[in-house]
Amino acid sequence: MSVVTLTINQQMITANAGDTILQAAKDAGIKIPTLCYLDGLSAHGGCRICLVEIAGSTKLQPACFMKVAEGMQINTETHKLKEYRKMIVELLFAEGNHTCSICVANNHCELQAMAMAVEMDHDRFDYIHPPKEIDISHQRFGIDHNRCILCTRCVRVCDEIEGAHTWDVAGRGGLAKVIADLDQPWGEADSCTSCGKCFMACPTGAIFQKGDSVAQTEHPRNKLESLVMAKDKKQWHV
Amino acid sequence: MARLKLATLWLGGCSGCHMSFLDLDEWLLELTTFAEIVYSPLIDTKKFPDQVDVTLVEGAVANEDHFHLIQQVRKNSKLVASFGDCAISGNVTAVRNRFQEALPLLQRSYIELADVQKGIPNDRSVVPALLDRVRPLHSLISVDYFLPGCPPTAKHIRMVLESLPSGKPLSLHGNQLKFG
Repeated sequence: MSVVTLTINQQMITANAGDTILQAAKDAGIKIPTLCYLDGLSAHGGCRICLVEIAGSTKLQPACFMKVAEGMQINTETHKLKEYRKMIVELLFAEGNHTCSICVANNHCELQAMAMAVEMDHDRFDYIHPPKEIDISHQRFGIDHNRCILCTRCVRVCDEIEGAHTWDVAGRGGLAKVIADLDQPWGEADSCTSCGKCFMACPTGAIFQKGDSVAQTEHPRNKLESLVMAKDKKQWHV
Repeated sequence: MARLKLATLWLGGCSGCHMSFLDLDEWLLELTTFAEIVYSPLIDTKKFPDQVDVTLVEGAVANEDHFHLIQQVRKNSKLVASFGDCAISGNVTAVRNRFQEALPLLQRSYIELADVQKGIPNDRSVVPALLDRVRPLHSLISVDYFLPGCPPTAKHIRMVLESLPSGKPLSLHGNQLKFG
């Protein structure tokens, strides 16, 4: 495998040709913030939190997709990027109904944590307060569309790890939403195996275990990591 | 040195932020050495004073009384701070915004779901009219400072209050800025 050299934040690093910037940064111990990305799933490039600046290009590129190249000069923490990240988080809050104080995932939520990371102290955009639904027709889990940020982790984990592809996205723009099978109540979706991987992968309180109250939901991400390791490296935690 | 004139306001919120303020416990005595509380639900005053240095606003702007009061608060205060999640985002108070307007909400609450005495309260001498949508404070007046949290912890309230005599309130960072 050929190796390329590049710089991230003025730090010279080497990476495997074909790696994404995100992978190369991770291997070099440089943290690039992500939201829709989840290890073990294909990249989606939807949230734009991982955007980076590449010298010589006026376009910002998502680190989860963009491949490294020889001599690349990448910046991940410029004023412009920080400002954009903050704006993205503010937009996510404005277009959903993320009321942290009464959320099952309060204190265990990646969106809430991202708001702290970008130091959002208020939202400069007007809240839309769209009327969204909650589906609790499944026996074990519920989906609260108010808290969904359309990261599509549930869609990808269901398709790529479980192999069921119960979830997908329907609609466009502000009307886009995650649907089960042919936009049926989740409990009536025949393809669902009730494996719970969507619940493990969800970054917010959108997919939750029934019975969880405020701040009780902790997505068991470690279970998912074990499955990913088994799939990719054929190693099982016993 | 003259003491700082401090006001606290309670709009559409649960008073939890004020309870957290009271969690300052004995430090409240220390607060009074450099600040005088000139208006607050915790003291007996009816009229918002003409000159206030700092006003902490708890709660979202939910009705016409709130709407008029905050104009006066802005005019009479040097520094206005959104105190807690409801003032900053609408939070729980704004959950009703899914109805988009006040009338369908009132119909749902006081007629459709009422067991007895169905009817929307409309005596304006007793209850102010609801605004159609609950608004965060900064969407209506300029706000100088934001202290998130539901409620903000007494520790963070104290850090901010302690910094007031210097003229510029402390900037909070990272995990100190937690919603919920």
